[in-house]
Amino acid sequence: MGSVHATMDPPGVADGPTRPVLMKGNEAMAEAAIQAGCDAYFGYPITPQAELLEWMAQRMPELGRTFVQAESELGAINMALGAAATGARALVSSSSPGISLMAEAMSYMAGSELPMVLINVMRGGPGLGSIGASQADYFQATKGHGHGDYRVPVLAPSSIAEAVQLVPDAFEIAERYRTPVIILTDGVMGQAMEPVVPIYRMPPRRSEDWQLSGADGRTPRVVRSLHLQPEDLEAHNRWLQAKFATITANEVRWAGEQLEDAEIAVVAYGTAARVARTAVERAREHGLPVGIFRPITLWPFPSAELSSIAPRLRAIVVLEMSAGQLVEDVRLAVEGRTPVFFHGRTGGMVPTPSEVLEVLRRAWATTTPITGWTPETEDAATAEPDPLSLIEQGAWAAEGGGR
Amino acid sequence: MTMTRTRTADPRRIIYRRPELLADRSTHYCPGCGHGIIHRLVAELLDEMHLGPRTIGVASVGCSVFAYDYLEVDFVESPHGRAPAVATGVRRVRPDAFVFTYQGDGDLAAIGTAEIVHAAARGERISVIFVNNGIYGMTGGQMAPTTLLGQRTTSSPTGREAGLAGYPIPITEMLALLPGVSYAARGSIADPAWVGRTKGMLRRAFETQLSGGGLSIVEILSTCPVGWGMTPSASMDHLAHDVVKTYPLGVIVDRLKEAGASAGEG
Repeated sequence: MGSVHATMDPPGVADGPTRPVLMKGNEAMAEAAIQAGCDAYFGYPITPQAELLEWMAQRMPELGRTFVQAESELGAINMALGAAATGARALVSSSSPGISLMAEAMSYMAGSELPMVLINVMRGGPGLGSIGASQADYFQATKGHGHGDYRVPVLAPSSIAEAVQLVPDAFEIAERYRTPVIILTDGVMGQAMEPVVPIYRMPPRRSEDWQLSGADGRTPRVVRSLHLQPEDLEAHNRWLQAKFATITANEVRWAGEQLEDAEIAVVAYGTAARVARTAVERAREHGLPVGIFRPITLWPFPSAELSSIAPRLRAIVVLEMSAGQLVEDVRLAVEGRTPVFFHGRTGGMVPTPSEVLEVLRRAWATTTPITGWTPETEDAATAEPDPLSLIEQGAWAAEGGGR
Repeated sequence: MTMTRTRTADPRRIIYRRPELLADRSTHYCPGCGHGIIHRLVAELLDEMHLGPRTIGVASVGCSVFAYDYLEVDFVESPHGRAPAVATGVRRVRPDAFVFTYQGDGDLAAIGTAEIVHAAARGERISVIFVNNGIYGMTGGQMAPTTLLGQRTTSSPTGREAGLAGYPIPITEMLALLPGVSYAARGSIADPAWVGRTKGMLRRAFETQLSGGGLSIVEILSTCPVGWGMTPSASMDHLAHDVVKTYPLGVIVDRLKEAGASAGEG
């Protein structure tokens, strides 16, 4: 895949920021990273993300920045680990099978508290799977790639324009919390072209007392994840959990569409949310009051937000390009108080609006209207603490978390 | 007895001391382990070459992961085998740094073969300190890719058999074939003379990096008395007389010197 680019003037810089330009998702994300001040990119070819690597191969050396095509995804992410340890703004990208290889270093980087942005342009699995678009890596991204107790923030754009905005946000979150951040997208988003008003942003640089530069006139610094004494490792884990609780408290993002009068909400992210939008429009033409709840951060998941609107919904329909992964977080958030329906396609197949409309009709027909709902009953329902949010906010938070 | 010249003129002349960059603490290494000698050589050279303030070391997985507790320079810890990739990342964004990895034979010659081969192929301007004791020491003495034929380990209890477990890997010779490798040599800590020669090899490797050459690697044959089931002195004898038969000592390639020599001839 991919093409040879005669010119790679960054769209939006030459054209002015207000004029929309047609951009391919992979290339738009690559340029957004460059404009966000990415110092170093390390990659390995894999479909459907190869254009991202190709864009960086041309642009990064032009700008005097670091580009290395590694021997494997293992090599790529460990190069990013080394660059990040010196405080460089590092990016890696791949697609599903390559992300599995990167899982090891994600664990090390979470443990060593190193910032980095990783873009996963998801394809069908398991195994070599297919090169078609998929959302089957939700579990991998949100529940854990490598070993150990850790989470990383996961941002899921549902348009190329949104992806361009989320790239600098991802670097900023990564550096603020010293953590890898995943941008989870898919083959449709990577390959499609959309008009984008390229408004780029470069987050401010942070100079931190952990970054390696050579111990010139100061105490040597060590970036590591090894804490051999159980007491030390538990203290480190408590610190990490406190950090995850802070991220959960501060960084949840979601978007609602037509939820004000909705009796059914479709929960979907990324490309599936695009399909959901068309289905919702058609459902409303048929008189069904349907809206969309779209998580933008998949971790931290907007559990409390979904939980708070659930009592006034007669049904929730979860739409995914997977066999059902996001749906587990939705069910945990609503705790059985609202019927949850699921529709998913796998293997690179994209659900059609007609399929979704059919599920919406079934959800409407087999559930009963919410009667007696008032804002007061909603308050009562939400006053009870949500067990998931308690876990996410962390028992550790009560212990302070500083060290 | 008449003395025409006396050494007592400067009674404070120091002939041996702890290098500045070697931490003043006892190590966790077993009695007779070679890491202590090799750490000292590295610290001496970083001192002598004034490299400490610009050094970023990469620690690998194995007994020597704690090198950062003893060498007082900046360090990043790598996943098992990935140190050459981590060092690549450091090198590319820090062109002025002095970058080295410190890796064992399991780390470099088994799980990390892809990373070392491709760092070498790219000619990364890093120095690799490769400590070969022919065994997985930290995990209790299992067979390594470098274990000698016939050598008993906990995972080759009747001795390494080629038909079952293959042959020891002469990986430094293999790497020396690549034009990206500017310097490759094999030293040993078996006796004081070879400790001195090995220090010279490390110096040459470090100089290679400083003068803009490609990857430099020094394999250092070392001991693991506990893993080998030998006393420290017996393991030194074994190293000096037996291990060197599989792993011959000396400089394997010095491409900067060869280039200088051929330029001189021209």
